[in-house]
Amino acid sequence: MLYIKCPYCGLRAQKEFSYGGDATVKRPNINEEVSSEDWDNFVYMRKSPRGKHIELWQHIAGCRQWIKVQRDTATHEIFQTAKVTEEIR
Amino acid sequence: MSQPFRLNKEGLINRNKKISFTFNGKKLFGYEGDTIASALIANGIHLVGRSFKYHRPRGFFGAGVEEPNAKLQVEFNGHSEPNVNATEMELVEGLSATSQNCWPSVNFDIGAINNFLKMFFPAGFYYKTFMWPKSFWYKIYEPFIRKAAGLGVASIEKDKERYEHKFEYCDLLVTGSGPSGLASAYAAAKNGAKVILAEDKPRFGGTLLTDDVSIDNLSGKDWAEKIISELKSMPNVTVKNRSQVFGYYDHNMLVMFERVSDHLEKKSKFTPRQRLWYIRAKETILSTGSIERPIVFGNNDTPGIFLSAAAKEYMKVYGVLVGKKPLVFTNNDSAYETALEFKKNNVEPIILDTREEHSSELIDEAKSKGIDIRFSHGVIVANGYKKVKSAKIGKLNKDKNSFEKIETIECDCICVSGFWTPSVHLASQSGNKLKYEDKIDAFIPDKKKQHETSVGAANGSFTLEESLKNGFENGSNLSAKITDTKTEIAIPNVNEKKYGTHDKFWCMPLPKNENPKRFVDFQNDVSVSDIEIALREGYRSIEHVKRYTTLGMATDQGRTSNLNGLQLVSNIENKIVPEVGHTTFRPPFTPITIGTIVGREVGMEYMPTRKTPMHEWHEKNNAVFVDAGAWKRPRYYKQGNETLFEASKREAKNVRENVGICDVTTLGKIDIKGPDAAEFLNRVYTNAWMKLPVGKARYGLMLREDGIVMDDGTTTRISENHYHMTTTTAQAANVLSHLEYYLQIVWPELNVNVVSTTEQWAGAAIAGPKSRDMLSKLYPDLDVSNDALPFMGYKEAEFFGVPSRIFRISFSGELAYEINVKSDNGMFMWEKMMEVGKEFGNQPYGTEALSTLRIEMGHVAGPELDGRTIPSDVSLNGLVSKKKDFIGKNSLVREAFNVESRQKIVGLIPIDRKSSIPEGSHIVQDQNAKLPNPKLGHVSSSCWSVENNNPFSLAIMKDGKNMIGKKFFAVSPLKNKSIEVEVISSHYVDPDGKRVRS
Ligand SMILES: [Zn+2]
Repeated sequence: MLYIKCPYCGLRAQKEFSYGGDATVKRPNINEEVSSEDWDNFVYMRKSPRGKHIELWQHIAGCRQWIKVQRDTATHEIFQTAKVTEEIR
Repeated sequence: MSQPFRLNKEGLINRNKKISFTFNGKKLFGYEGDTIASALIANGIHLVGRSFKYHRPRGFFGAGVEEPNAKLQVEFNGHSEPNVNATEMELVEGLSATSQNCWPSVNFDIGAINNFLKMFFPAGFYYKTFMWPKSFWYKIYEPFIRKAAGLGVASIEKDKERYEHKFEYCDLLVTGSGPSGLASAYAAAKNGAKVILAEDKPRFGGTLLTDDVSIDNLSGKDWAEKIISELKSMPNVTVKNRSQVFGYYDHNMLVMFERVSDHLEKKSKFTPRQRLWYIRAKETILSTGSIERPIVFGNNDTPGIFLSAAAKEYMKVYGVLVGKKPLVFTNNDSAYETALEFKKNNVEPIILDTREEHSSELIDEAKSKGIDIRFSHGVIVANGYKKVKSAKIGKLNKDKNSFEKIETIECDCICVSGFWTPSVHLASQSGNKLKYEDKIDAFIPDKKKQHETSVGAANGSFTLEESLKNGFENGSNLSAKITDTKTEIAIPNVNEKKYGTHDKFWCMPLPKNENPKRFVDFQNDVSVSDIEIALREGYRSIEHVKRYTTLGMATDQGRTSNLNGLQLVSNIENKIVPEVGHTTFRPPFTPITIGTIVGREVGMEYMPTRKTPMHEWHEKNNAVFVDAGAWKRPRYYKQGNETLFEASKREAKNVRENVGICDVTTLGKIDIKGPDAAEFLNRVYTNAWMKLPVGKARYGLMLREDGIVMDDGTTTRISENHYHMTTTTAQAANVLSHLEYYLQIVWPELNVNVVSTTEQWAGAAIAGPKSRDMLSKLYPDLDVSNDALPFMGYKEAEFFGVPSRIFRISFSGELAYEINVKSDNGMFMWEKMMEVGKEFGNQPYGTEALSTLRIEMGHVAGPELDGRTIPSDVSLNGLVSKKKDFIGKNSLVREAFNVESRQKIVGLIPIDRKSSIPEGSHIVQDQNAKLPNPKLGHVSSSCWSVENNNPFSLAIMKDGKNMIGKKFFAVSPLKNKSIEVEVISSHYVDPDGKRVRS
């Protein structure tokens, strides 16, 4: 079981969190034209890297904040966690 | 009754307390502190089971966790447990043990005929034999396998025992209380670290209990006792025996299995049987020691053949002799200690040493005591079927591939030692890639992967001095980094015997024309020839050889067989062992009970139960409940002998004709506040929200970004910047996360806060043509006329003195209201409604009637919003704004969503107006068409229309809008039904929605 450092609450067990996918995906701006290619990329296309991956988790059984976690998808090593408003490296 | 193999004085057992037990029905006794194994051996019993494949007689081989054979069915404390390791289970009064995998008895086992048919049981025999012909499977192969194979029998009784889970955090977890473990724990404890020391055996000390050593002029055992009692007195230390750390998981999470009370005769009601510890350790010391490995020879599985260290442990810990005419067969010095222990107890051993004549401290001592030592000798084959009677031994030639001399000597046990294998299971599980250490012919941990440090024998250091030094240093350094304190500890003086070098020899050759089975893996009955066959057949990867031959599988996990199997493969392949590699070590290291894994999460405690504030009333009034997630909702209120069908029809009909009330507390409720709340709702919902006035509710539809409908519900504007959103019961948690996602990540610039208020409000729907009359009695001072409180209107008012919210919304399609009061007032509200409603014919209705009411109105719910439908599929495209942007809008232009023949919701009625259409039925053109019959749609919801008194269903159907009036078949292979149906509008009752506005 992973040990995830919530930037608000500290180190907590994985079972307090739920996974939210790739954190680097940016939603096209609301009320702005978007090409169907860009839209499809946003909705469907995700990389599945072996290694470092910046992803979203929500501290669902804690402070309910969405956070960023940089994790190695093969070893589960967590390099860094951050608030969603912060950049990871 | 005397115990013929019990020594008079030796051992750590309590001779003042006799314990009686039975084995295969025979009454026996042992002493407190015995294991089942030590007590049986004391009674001269060695034959305990039959082997898995060939049903060969098997006895004890080890004295602890390494035991591959002695798995028993054990009954104690009123339950029956299979596959209990006889060398680990402590004796308790009244215990009854029986042999497994034998029929009709362990002494006469019909399955043993397999031993004589062994040409039919080569490696991979399951894959080969039972594949063909197919028709043989059910009648011949399967019954045969069921009778012959398998270990013990799982109990079919409910497990009445209590199991617990515990979460613990520490600076240093030490796994094993041998010399290096004790030293590590002690050093770390002195530095002020929070330490957990775990020992899987009942007694602490590991090899210190059996090795002839002294530390600071104390015997190993006394030193261990001194350290343990000091550790126990320290508040920062937890010391646990009978506790096996069996798994090393991510982020230094280790899991430990504690046997809390199986060894106790009496325990309190709430004492758990076993406990599972989840331990998050900052650092871990792996002091798991090593396991002796055997030397492979002919019939090496005969009862009476032991690992030499096990034989020594039986003498020193249990005061039990494994035999009175022992052969000690070794390639190293450690077995000499076993021989010397026999000698000390007046038993004359013969030592067969595969090495050429040489000298060392131990060899010299054995010689000086007059022990018969034969160098360059080994056991070729053991004789005896159910117990060793003699052994054919041979003098090896210089190359050790044939014999110069062969003779047979009498013996009643063979104690074998092929050197030591570090227990690297936990290190390997942590992700540590192991490395091969040529000096000891075994793998040891390599570079750290997590925060694990292997010390002592687990790291390949086999001297006491080195192990202690290793332990003290690592325990001190690792903990000092955490506590910032370093207490100097003098490393004690050690007195131990110096070992000479071992012989890199692991398998005895066979003389010409002799072909006894030489087993590598006892538990899985894998012999040398099985591995040879696998390699001849082309298996190369060690992982494939493992699966094909079953070498190293099952509960044993290759504890005694792993290295010898690798040696064999590397010899045949002409590779060195590190090139062959090793198979993966998997948790659990030793078997654990399912009960422990489950813990307290059984029965009602499996998940939380959510009850509404009116639950007790429902219970008292014969509600039959249904699970809606964790919620309990009344499905119907049973009157007399009513069936579900009859009751729900009565309740629904009463709503259509009079008035009914329904507990709707379980609906998700989210409070939304902030100056940008309207803008936020406008983006979340498909319809327009900017102009909703204060005091009005609106029905809203929300999509996922891929255009699929996510949820629906009403949201009410309570005040300028304050909204009350409702969601479906099922989607409440998802919708909240969804809103939080957009507010925190996508549009942080919106000044809005959301919070769940589901549990803060109790809700009741009042529905039916007489609901306004009833409402006016509930709120005598309030104008509830259609003008003052119109459809989608909202008011706040006192409900008999308590604050309440009134929403004029309807799910049933009737004139209806929903009243919310604070949860604490829920029961008060409900009881008042029942009292006041009497004169209007009010009855409570459950979810079944609720479904009927919404289905015949064509209102969609979960079965239609199934994660595959877009708004137009469920005829809600009127709610999709063309003007503004919202979540998922861009996806709605997708080609597949806009084709002419796109699926759409329709209504179905059976042609005969009688046959109910099963939910999940497929709609087909021709019920007799050849399979696969093209599917035109599926039935999502079904009910008995109380309005029209015939069955009615909703269905999602391809090209649905052009199907109205056509006839099809609804087929349900599951229910074995085929019903001719006619397609009609999904709005079966009040299609213009007049009633809700009346
Ligand atoms: Zn948090």
